[in-house]
Amino acid sequence: MGLIILFLFVSYAIGSYYLGYSKSNKARVHDAVRPYSLDKYYGYYLAIWSVVPAVIIFAVITVFDGFFIKNYVLSDLYSLGIDVSEVDLIFTQIENTRNGIQLFNSNDELIVNAVNKLNFIENIFNISAVIIILCISSILLLFSYRKIKFDFDARVIVEKFILLSFFACSLIAILVTIGIIFSLLYETIRFFSQVPIFDFLFGVNWSPQRAFVTDASDTADIENAFGAIPLFSGTFLIAFIAMCVSIPVGLLTAIYMSEYARSSVRNTAKPIIEILAGIPTVVYGFFAVITIAPFIRSIGGSIGLEVSSESALAAGLVMGIMIIPFVSSLSDDVISSVPQSLREGSYAMGATKSETIRKVIIPAALPGIIGSFLLAVSRAIGETMIVVMAAGLVANLTANPLEASTTITTQIVVILIGDQEFDSPKTMSAFALGLTLFVMTLILNFIALRVVKKYTEKYE
Amino acid sequence: MNNNSLKISGSNLKKRLKAERRFRYYGIFAISLALIFVLILFTNIISKGYSAFYRTLIAVNIEFNDEINLESIKEMSDEEIKQIDLYSFTKKNIYANFPEIEKKSDKKKIIKLFSIEFEEDVKKYIISNKKNIDNKNQVFLTASDDIDQIHKGNYSRSIPEERRRVSNFQLSIYDKLVNQNRVKFEFNVPFFTRGDSREAELAGLGGSLIGSFFTMILVLLLSFPFGLFGAIYLEEFSRKNRFTDFIEININNLAAVPSIVFGLLGLGILLNTFELPRSTALVGGITLSLMTLPTIIIATRASLRSVPPSIREGALAVGASKVQTVMHHVVPLALPGSITGTIIGIARALGETAPLLLIGMVAFIVDIPGSPVDPSTSLPVQAYLWNDSAERGYEEKTSAAIIILLGFLILFNLIAVIIRRKFETKW
Repeated sequence: MGLIILFLFVSYAIGSYYLGYSKSNKARVHDAVRPYSLDKYYGYYLAIWSVVPAVIIFAVITVFDGFFIKNYVLSDLYSLGIDVSEVDLIFTQIENTRNGIQLFNSNDELIVNAVNKLNFIENIFNISAVIIILCISSILLLFSYRKIKFDFDARVIVEKFILLSFFACSLIAILVTIGIIFSLLYETIRFFSQVPIFDFLFGVNWSPQRAFVTDASDTADIENAFGAIPLFSGTFLIAFIAMCVSIPVGLLTAIYMSEYARSSVRNTAKPIIEILAGIPTVVYGFFAVITIAPFIRSIGGSIGLEVSSESALAAGLVMGIMIIPFVSSLSDDVISSVPQSLREGSYAMGATKSETIRKVIIPAALPGIIGSFLLAVSRAIGETMIVVMAAGLVANLTANPLEASTTITTQIVVILIGDQEFDSPKTMSAFALGLTLFVMTLILNFIALRVVKKYTEKYE
Repeated sequence: MNNNSLKISGSNLKKRLKAERRFRYYGIFAISLALIFVLILFTNIISKGYSAFYRTLIAVNIEFNDEINLESIKEMSDEEIKQIDLYSFTKKNIYANFPEIEKKSDKKKIIKLFSIEFEEDVKKYIISNKKNIDNKNQVFLTASDDIDQIHKGNYSRSIPEERRRVSNFQLSIYDKLVNQNRVKFEFNVPFFTRGDSREAELAGLGGSLIGSFFTMILVLLLSFPFGLFGAIYLEEFSRKNRFTDFIEININNLAAVPSIVFGLLGLGILLNTFELPRSTALVGGITLSLMTLPTIIIATRASLRSVPPSIREGALAVGASKVQTVMHHVVPLALPGSITGTIIGIARALGETAPLLLIGMVAFIVDIPGSPVDPSTSLPVQAYLWNDSAERGYEEKTSAAIIILLGFLILFNLIAVIIRRKFETKW
């Protein structure tokens, strides 16, 4: 069905295009007049007017017709006094019956009548939609066809249309941001109307399973169930471990690459290290579970330490490996952009290469390097799959990296995976966590990008 | 004074040069560490996963008798053969292969050596050998995942019997079969064609491959045009003002938003507000294309920026309009860079798991999806699901799914590199 409609629209557009093209072309060839624009612009002009409004109307109708049809079919049922909560169920039954699926109540008079009504109204809607769309686009086609005269500049209008649609495309980024903020805020505000924000931010007890009560009769339980401190501590613990791996390795790699390495080494080693950034996180998660965690356990066991099978250390180490290229490539850029004159000045004073790096280049590049660290931290905080698979699912307020600990992202996944009841504080809490995460990463990214940008401008 | 400091530096010179060397070794150490991580990761996963690409089959003699008559089977169509019940027939035939075993509990254990769907293997054999089928046949049946793992050597026999999933009795039967040369390996075709399954030996990637395919097609169709056109507007036509600055900040921030937040967006807006069908490639595709969009915009803008102004000025000078200049001259030159960015963005979307977990593409789905609005999973989600399964056979399947995933990513990146090498112009 969708393909047929698409085909109709496309062929209509092509037809209109040729109409406009040939009118202009005919004038050019037979009447020896020179139209203002090229022939094809008259074609585009007609195609735009005949199809674009029709597509918009079609989209509006398909979005809203379901609502009207449902209301019309169910209008009898409403007057019979059927409960609002059952209406959706009944409508599904009506639709199923219409589609030939026999249900227990398929032969009820009520349902049979409703099915007839549904068929009737759908036919009316379909036919009238076709007529409306055809009429409007034919009228527009006719009007625009008559408008084609040879002092008429179709190109300007076509180009305006192109610019307008490009502009609309560039707005999508804003729409996405608005969508994110709206969807997160909406549920978060509802959540905070049931759970005080103070309890959420400073409570030390996280057990949303306990608060599976929809009505807030058991408020004491709800208040004690949504303390997010264990999640924040777990997130930062794992991010800290990750940074302990990625900062030294990443920074030293960047220094060696930009200051010491021959270009042949650089050209082979750099892409290989950057492979680490392209590997999907689920792969790292699997690697942590299957290789790193047992390895840490066996080492811990041999020196008499109790290591749980899911540990912050395993997740943090693997996350650190993942982040190495983020630190190294950004720091590399920053170090390379330190002007050569600083290096030469230092050498002239008799400093060795490593002294130059430590005493001159690193201090000069420090803001940019810190910016790259901040970006890496924001990356670590937002990372999901590694911690879901390797760090543990139960909230546990601990600073011991050998125990299981959970993070913000893990809890979002744990709460929202599978089917969920949508109005419970439990599911809403996931959106509150999401907002917290969003705000945290936003601030980190904002500062980091500012620092890096300001810094690179300084030496340009 | 001057003399003095020279002296000091002279006496320290050895120390300083040593420090210099040490520092250099730190750098080499860090790089080799990073390279070793890459190596370990790949060898680890490949060594764990390659065995999932073949499967174990056990030869069994099947004899047709009065119960299932050969003549009547020969007259049946393929569809009819698929309908008939061969379960108890096959079971009796399997028993007949081991005449020395009489105890009922032992017989049950023998059946456990085979996959639950062993009658399907018999049916397949009948269908493919319909012409020259005899009364006595040797048919290869799929082994159960425990036997499969033992035959591949992934499962140690030294585990004490009470903790082992295969009893000593079953092992002795298995050894006998091996001695009789009746156990063989075969390339694991079902692994690529079947959907998910609760039985490790039957679980396949087919469903999730198709799911990923639909999702990626949607990502391509949605994010490439919007990203390209949006980038063209921002780079070529927009005036520099507060509003376009705001758009630009927005795009840069979106590129750094954690992927799971996009999952929340999909759940809150697409599923709950627009009521699109849950667990489908449609919703997954839209969610991931929103995530990919900033990447494509940034890459396209960078490649538009690298087109030198002389191209634009040349076109404008011969009378092209601004739109004509951009569409006819600048965009074609910038397109390779844009396509490269798109491919890299799609490769990232292909490996993305977290957002899909939130929009329900994580269900246990046996059927292979036929369209983007059917429930489905994707390749990385399938790996995640298998990783969660306790049975031993799923471990190699997880690794194998990851190998396939990494293979696709390498392929995508290779294509991107080739396009860049071949079409990119250095100005």
